[in-house]
Amino acid sequence: MSPELIKKVLEAALLAAREPMSLNDMKQLFEETLSSDTLRKLLDELRAEYEARPVELTQLASGWRFRTRPEFLPYLDRLSPEKPPKYSRAVLETLAIIAYRQPVTRGDIEEIRGVAVNANVIKTLEERGWIDVVGHRDTPGRPALFATTRSFLDDLGLRSVSELPPLEQITQTLELEP
Amino acid sequence: MSEVLDAPLLHEAEPVARVYGQPLEQLPLDLYIPPDALAVMLDAFEGPLDLLLYMIRRANIDILDIPMAPLTRQYLDYVEAMRASNLELAADYLVMAAMLIEIKSRMLLPRPKAAEGEAVEDPRAELVRRLMEYEQMKLAGQKLNELPQAEREFFWVETLVEKSMLVRLPEVSVDDLKQAWMAVVRQATLKKHHKIGREELSVREHMGIILRTLQEKGGFVQFETLFDADMGAPALVVHFLAMLELGREKLIRITQTEPFATIYVNLRSGEPEEAMLEEDDESRADQESA
Repeated sequence: MSPELIKKVLEAALLAAREPMSLNDMKQLFEETLSSDTLRKLLDELRAEYEARPVELTQLASGWRFRTRPEFLPYLDRLSPEKPPKYSRAVLETLAIIAYRQPVTRGDIEEIRGVAVNANVIKTLEERGWIDVVGHRDTPGRPALFATTRSFLDDLGLRSVSELPPLEQITQTLELEP
Repeated sequence: MSEVLDAPLLHEAEPVARVYGQPLEQLPLDLYIPPDALAVMLDAFEGPLDLLLYMIRRANIDILDIPMAPLTRQYLDYVEAMRASNLELAADYLVMAAMLIEIKSRMLLPRPKAAEGEAVEDPRAELVRRLMEYEQMKLAGQKLNELPQAEREFFWVETLVEKSMLVRLPEVSVDDLKQAWMAVVRQATLKKHHKIGREELSVREHMGIILRTLQEKGGFVQFETLFDADMGAPALVVHFLAMLELGREKLIRITQTEPFATIYVNLRSGEPEEAMLEEDDESRADQESA
């Protein structure tokens, strides 16, 4: 099978896929055994070929997937008048604590934020599929330990937790943000 | 400690603003927020740490050297206003108020001598640590929110795979064909009909033939001359049966003088004592042989 044809097969499969495709998924497309390196090289070529297109091939936590480029959102948005709801600061701060300090308990989150964690905040994040319970801490009450999911990384276009934006060094004095 | 807030005095006498007609020579540095405005701001804070951070950042205070007395005073003003309007919210804030007062009171007490080489811990250290950690997470939350998000900044590409557009034809190999043909042949042999053709061989007809032959040949022939091997076995049998029938009906006579001698067949019509030539009406219908 020529590399060109392999690339076309990969392209077709990725366009038809409803979820990110892992390299292992892709290997099943071919009778011959392809190395992960070969696939990665071809995927990189494919990604380059899409450079000028309104969709892009991205590598995510659970595999590769095509997505529309963010700059086309204003146009696409006109088709769906419903704006996606914005997450409250409570949700975002809770998400940040779970993402950067995982695994954490509800108590850890409350300790950092200084307020009780509203059950709806956790529910919102769980329903989005961004966090889940990965275990229980061996302390009285065996509180649930929360961590972020692959779906969270996928949805933010990240390959791993290490790609999260670096934490800011907190300055001693800081102008109040406008 | 409270002097810190009053520190940066303006060098020029020029007032920076006029409030109620009075020149304001110094920028207000305290954290006074009118109660009306407070009510509006109530929901703007995510909790006591958020509020404290706001107060500290607004006054441009060094977070590592927080003036506890004015901060606590302003904080309590705020919480007081909050309790008046939203009691439910206030619990977390009251806990923080207690903590602030505790810190302030511990700072007033003489500090125990530090052990050799050990720094005495500032009573504010824990508060500062928490404030800094909270601020870090607060900013991280904002940054996460800035990342392009699925279904908010971009959409996943999903091409419709219309499977019905492509008619899937079953694959056939040469081997399959061979198997199928063998099966057909096997079925055919099992179900083959055994065809039985009806050959109309009438005994009566052959009786006529015999009589006619006898007449043509003078009414007296050798037995063998009446049979022609070309007639085939079935016809020969019927021919023989016809001959026996003729004999039974006393139309012919079959004679043999001694064993193994020539058999002769002759018409009996010429014989005077036998005159029964009319057709027999008994059950001697045409017989058919298979």
